[in-house]
Amino acid sequence: MLTPLEIEALELSLLVGVTSIIAALPFALACAWLLARRDFWGKSLFDGIIHLPLVLPPVAVGFALLVLFGRNGVIGAFLYQTFGIVFAFNWKGAALASGVMAFPLMVRAMRLSLEAVDQRLEAAARSLGSSPWRAFLTVTLPLTVPGILTGAILGFARSVGEFGATITFVSNIPGQTRTLPVALYTLTQIPGSDLAAWRLAGLSVALALAALIGSEMLARRMGHRLRGLD
Amino acid sequence: MIEIAIEKQLGSFRLGARLDAPESGVTALFGRSGMGKTSVINALAGLLRPDRGRIVVGGTILFDSARGIDVPPEKRRLGYVFQEARLFPHYSVRGNLLYGAKKESAGPSFDAVVDLLGIKDLLARRPADLSGGEKQRVAIGRALLASPRLLLMDEPLASLDEPRKNEIMPFIERLRDELKLPIFYVSHEMEEIIRLADLLVLLDSGKVAATGSVEDLTSRLDLWPLTGRYEAGAVIRTVLRGHDTSFGLSELAFPGGRLRVTRLALPLGTPIRVRIHARDVVLATEKPTHLSIRNAFAGKVVELAPPRGPQIDLKLDIGTAEEPVMLWARITQRACQELQLAPGKPIFALVKTVALDHHSFGQYEGGAAETA
Repeated sequence: MLTPLEIEALELSLLVGVTSIIAALPFALACAWLLARRDFWGKSLFDGIIHLPLVLPPVAVGFALLVLFGRNGVIGAFLYQTFGIVFAFNWKGAALASGVMAFPLMVRAMRLSLEAVDQRLEAAARSLGSSPWRAFLTVTLPLTVPGILTGAILGFARSVGEFGATITFVSNIPGQTRTLPVALYTLTQIPGSDLAAWRLAGLSVALALAALIGSEMLARRMGHRLRGLD
Repeated sequence: MIEIAIEKQLGSFRLGARLDAPESGVTALFGRSGMGKTSVINALAGLLRPDRGRIVVGGTILFDSARGIDVPPEKRRLGYVFQEARLFPHYSVRGNLLYGAKKESAGPSFDAVVDLLGIKDLLARRPADLSGGEKQRVAIGRALLASPRLLLMDEPLASLDEPRKNEIMPFIERLRDELKLPIFYVSHEMEEIIRLADLLVLLDSGKVAATGSVEDLTSRLDLWPLTGRYEAGAVIRTVLRGHDTSFGLSELAFPGGRLRVTRLALPLGTPIRVRIHARDVVLATEKPTHLSIRNAFAGKVVELAPPRGPQIDLKLDIGTAEEPVMLWARITQRACQELQLAPGKPIFALVKTVALDHHSFGQYEGGAAETA
């Protein structure tokens, strides 16, 4: 039913999407917590930087990643020499680009959810002998789970659709960085591939819709369970 | 001893509370809303950090700004029952109860607490399925199981309707009488305080205005703006001495007389505190006859309050020479003049039995020996 080329692009997209979200999740949660619960100098600037990928042209983000995380980039060179990790022109680079682009969406969803958790419950946990860390793990975190899931799935949908930053940072290499959108772009450049392009576009739509509907259902069920309405 | 001496600036509100309370019985913090009651309790619990001062409970320094000591709330071992229960919505009732429970606990066992509060049937439920009164009982149980050395209660009945309040009150009395747990109780309801409190602390604009027994403070004229003028009245200590089953009455003895009230289902000898509103007391200058009022006490006028509008409040003594018992009466100025009431004048104070309902009574501890 699917051609080998389509399967390759789909698998790569899923790998890139899942990896980017799992890797970004702890950082996104930490940023969301800082924004929701702490006041510090330069908070607006911090908030702005986190939201940059949402408003910048994706090509600019890809270019910045190339400069920073390329083999000779400031961070890229350090990572290569210290851990032997290379981001340039492979699927890990695609995951990094997708993760950066999806990051603001994830932070926003988690921040809203954290802000909705009643801080007086944390005070109650403290009065019952919990350290701040245990109060977070046993009260705040479980009550934030719906927001974390929503953030993760929104981020995943965004990540799977990522094109501009990916192609700028890691180019268009079959089996390495040619995700669904990149493969679709490639097809649109070849005359007479309209049907194949339509099929890939349909696949992208199906994947994104499934993620969004899944997120909605999961969030509602978790929300009910957490409020004890089940 | 519990010693509190703290200062805290909260916006334009300045809290400067200083009070010493025994580490036993119920200490009530009373005052209108916005007078700093909750802030004092929060500072005690470690949820509000004072700018300056000291908090010591039973010899342990919990906060001392001069020495840089600030014990975090989780290490203070103070149970806190909040006004809005604050149960964890994602835990069952059992999970909530066990949240702060210690394995090697010196306090009451899980089963004992569940029995005491009557929440056995609720254990598997979620907080969302509980009524307001049930939530508050679970919240009390949760605080007890963390085996606190002192229980803080911040208006635990304020968010409940009248039937629910009456449902919870006996449980709080049991904490006081059966577990002997010292309690700091915040309230703006004099009724609750009459039923529960041993020591009353009046708060006004962030400062402690007076500390003393409920009887003493409610009979002090200068404190009426704080204890509530409309609700003004005296609290007297009595002991249940007899039941009159044929008429459905009970007799409460105090130095100087016996007060007949609607029957109380309590054993003889129970110490009972009675609140008699000034507006429910009628005065007569001769011993009344042919009257429906059964409670008539001989006494004398002690003091006249400055009149307000057409009304005037009079402080009366209806006790004995050795043990005075203070009562307040509110009458019109006209009546006061016509009866020529003045300090020292002998009078009879009349109290309608039916004016005293169940809100007027509270049991208290240690009263039996004094009044018997």
